[in-house]
Amino acid sequence: MFHVKQWDYDVLVVGGGHAGAEAAHAAARVGARTALITLSKADLGVMSCNPAIGGLGKGHLVREIDALDGVMARVADRAGIQFRLLNRTKGPAVQGPRAQADRKIFRQVMQEETAAVSNLDVLEAEVADLILDGCRVVGVVLSDGSECSARAVILTTGTFLRGQVHIGNRSTPGGRMGDRPSVRLAERIEDMGFSLSRLKTGTPPRLDGKTIDWDILEVQPGDQEPVMFSFLHSAPFVRQVTCGITHTNSQTHEIIRENIELSSMYGGYIGGVGPRYCPSIEDKVVRFSDKTSHQVFLEPEGLGDDTIYPNGISTSLPQEVQKAYVQSIKGLENARILQPGYAIEYDYIDPRSLGSGLGVKDFPGLFLAGQINGTTGYEEAAAQGLVAGLNAARAAKDMEEIIFSRSNSYIGVLIDDLVTHGVSEPYRMFTSRAEFRLSLRADNADQRLTPIGMEVGLVKERRKSAFIEKMEALNSAKARLKSHKFTPNQLNEAGIKVRQDGNLRHGIDVLAFPSVSFENLVVLDPDLESTPLQIRRQLEREALYVHYIDRQKREIAAVTRDEAFEIPVDFNYANLSGLSNELRLKLSKIRPKTLGQASRIEGITPAALTLILGKLRQLESRRAVR
Amino acid sequence: MDTIFALATARGKSGVAIIRLSGPNAADAIQQLCGNIPAPRRASLRKLRRSDGELLDEALILVFKQGQSFTGEDSAEIQFHGSPAVSKALLQELGLMHGLRLAEPGEFTRRALENGCLDLAQVEGLSDLIEAETEAQRRLAQRVFSGALGDKAERWRISLIRAAALLEATIDFADEEVPEDVRPEVLEIVNGLSKELKAEIDGSIVSERIRDGFEVAIVGPPNVGKSTLLNALAGREAAITSEFAGTTRDVIEVRMDLKGLPVTFLDTAGLRETSDTVEEIGIKRAIDRANQADLRVFLAMGEELVAGVEHRPGDIHVLGKADLQESAGFAISGKTGQGLDKLIEKIAETLEERASGAATAMRARHREAIKTAYFALKSARANVQGESYLAEIAAEELRSAIRALESLVGRVDVEHVLDEIFSKFCLGK
Repeated sequence: MFHVKQWDYDVLVVGGGHAGAEAAHAAARVGARTALITLSKADLGVMSCNPAIGGLGKGHLVREIDALDGVMARVADRAGIQFRLLNRTKGPAVQGPRAQADRKIFRQVMQEETAAVSNLDVLEAEVADLILDGCRVVGVVLSDGSECSARAVILTTGTFLRGQVHIGNRSTPGGRMGDRPSVRLAERIEDMGFSLSRLKTGTPPRLDGKTIDWDILEVQPGDQEPVMFSFLHSAPFVRQVTCGITHTNSQTHEIIRENIELSSMYGGYIGGVGPRYCPSIEDKVVRFSDKTSHQVFLEPEGLGDDTIYPNGISTSLPQEVQKAYVQSIKGLENARILQPGYAIEYDYIDPRSLGSGLGVKDFPGLFLAGQINGTTGYEEAAAQGLVAGLNAARAAKDMEEIIFSRSNSYIGVLIDDLVTHGVSEPYRMFTSRAEFRLSLRADNADQRLTPIGMEVGLVKERRKSAFIEKMEALNSAKARLKSHKFTPNQLNEAGIKVRQDGNLRHGIDVLAFPSVSFENLVVLDPDLESTPLQIRRQLEREALYVHYIDRQKREIAAVTRDEAFEIPVDFNYANLSGLSNELRLKLSKIRPKTLGQASRIEGITPAALTLILGKLRQLESRRAVR
Repeated sequence: MDTIFALATARGKSGVAIIRLSGPNAADAIQQLCGNIPAPRRASLRKLRRSDGELLDEALILVFKQGQSFTGEDSAEIQFHGSPAVSKALLQELGLMHGLRLAEPGEFTRRALENGCLDLAQVEGLSDLIEAETEAQRRLAQRVFSGALGDKAERWRISLIRAAALLEATIDFADEEVPEDVRPEVLEIVNGLSKELKAEIDGSIVSERIRDGFEVAIVGPPNVGKSTLLNALAGREAAITSEFAGTTRDVIEVRMDLKGLPVTFLDTAGLRETSDTVEEIGIKRAIDRANQADLRVFLAMGEELVAGVEHRPGDIHVLGKADLQESAGFAISGKTGQGLDKLIEKIAETLEERASGAATAMRARHREAIKTAYFALKSARANVQGESYLAEIAAEELRSAIRALESLVGRVDVEHVLDEIFSKFCLGK
């Protein structure tokens, strides 16, 4: 038995990437004594891939993190040098905020934010091993042999588990260009019986912006009216810039085809599975051989930095081939490569070993978040970090874990997908993964999640009062809209075309017509004049989907009912007669937390669910009898 | 929550049949059918009317309040005369009401369980029940999906995934090299699919026959041995036989399994001119039922024609009482069994041929699913064609269609949609 007289910390976070930072902040926000252990303090908040945050699905995640008072959105706003709301021509449910970020500012602000938290320490060390008490994780061993004890440990080691960097046929161990991988920790994790598999991802060569011929290139400006990530911000903090666009051509493709055997991925040097939505330029040329050109976005890495991230040409070809194909592209004829592109291969843990709170089912006290769970992307990592941080802090205080559901957030969709289905390629968020997409919008992330955040103590005073104020304004405008009914005549006179069906309509009904704006209603009811602009737009967005949301509400009610039936961790599927062997095995492996999660397991039948429910009822009444 | 309903008694003709309803709109549905709601737990006689006012039946209505019913929810029972026509009309009427839908198999039990309305012993017994249900479902599913419906479902599935992938690609990869306007292609797929679903809905009546049974009427002049034939087929004395012409007055039904097909044989009154009022009613019924039947076996002693009953392709002509007369043609005798095998063979052959040409949606539940999907596609099309087109709303309608068809096409996972997107477009910056 491991006796701890005094715990060094409540929560230890291993890793200082986006998952680690968000985890440490979340744990600290809810009051846990927290330490973040990283190889280098200077790397806290580093963006190791492209210098951008957000996008479709991802932007939704960032808004949700913000609604729970997380750090990513606020830091990204401070560092944003170009903001674009994607899908502006489509409806609000599928609009995703995105920004190019200045790497240096992002890192700086993240480090400042972290330093400002009094119950959060940053330790510079390498974690070599975990300390176990039976199967409970109670701390870590550092590489110098010293120990650090904690009630809960969160691993956010990203690609550092047996990371291997590939450029052509050269390969070196490393979690990121220039960093050491964590081999000992990987071995310990393997010993614990986790199922490990390999994934890969790639990066493009970084270019020197001074050597690019910008004058002949197309530019992509940011939005005229930039939309921020954080609900607390309304305008950018630093100077805004434009990105460049260029295209590969048949000569580029020819160079790649001729050298394809030299690529790590095509030469057979890499076995891991790569993401289909972020293919290397080799992949694009081979798989879509009929296309003679691909788009390349030239993204500046910062205001005081000439480095350009050419998004769209990630590669693992040898350096000299990279130079040749880059220089075959328009505007890049004289471009200098500052750092060659590379592919990285790394271990991930099958996330089906996790519960919905991101705790490891077999090892209490241990939580995993980020790329180690098979995801890709800063936003996916941060979202998991927040949940793991919150739940690790709660575990340290013996409090029940908080679960996010598919019907209240993209965070819930993300985690449920991971722990129920596992991954076969690096997992990225898309809006199409959210079945309640019309309800889970970026614009209402605060309405969906801030109340939960307030309840569990994640949300601090400033956001709380801002949120309450906003809700009051929203509700009073809504009440005002509902209080007045208009005849078809009144509406038509005000320029709103409706049928002369004699039906009276109140303001929300009218707003649901696609071509009606709030301003049209102000004509009818001058009292609405005082409604703030932000509230007007929000009411329009809500009205647009009102009919569909009613339908989704019914579906959500059904899901919620199933989620309310919790299945005990030790539920014995072997004893259930009437269950096929295949399902019995699947259920025993995944051990769904609720009947709802069970229903999403592939191949499950309604009969099997009724059977489980029957047993649950039986257990319940037996308990009641005792 | 939805209100569910289903026929609680066995399908087919019976003295009394029961439709059960459970959910928040149960009482409301009764109100719509009867014009008022009887006091809870008191059997009350009411006239059931369609929304257009037409009388459907007179029935006993039982209403149960939440917490005092089998499922624990507001619920109701309609005990009506067990005619397939009435039950069909009632189910159809209920299906049109807002918030009501046909129950999934086992859904009443499931709701009872959720609401804690089953006691411990009942829960113990549940696994056996489920095992049986699972097996029945598995067999049914296999039968449905191994044949033509399986192929169709696969085609629908591919179409749905393609249409969804096109829309989702423009949503989730807005910044990348995907075609700006996928509407023409989506429209083409949706139109094609709608047409197929429509055909399936129209044709599903025939397939209902495959499940509920074909009717084969035995018709002919009096005293040619129709009732003896029926009894021989049934293997029991289902109909009274005598040497007197006109013994059978009413239509007598015998249900049996004919080479795997459910068949109801109808013995009818002998057709002749008569002055007997009761016999005349019997003859009129015989003619009506014979004309409505799926197949007719004309039994005669010679070449005589039968007045009033139309001969249709596939109908069978046989000579009766083969034990009493020598003949060169197809002759049978219910008494000795001569020719019986051949007749059964011939009937089965004809019905099987019809069954194989039938639409493949077997159950009312499938038809409901297809209908729901059809209407969802219709809305999707309206959105895609409309001025205020929004991709996410069209995608939402498509998703409803997919959900409705889930039981037929299997679940369409978002991964399938993504697979299609990634194989079609070169994506990724």
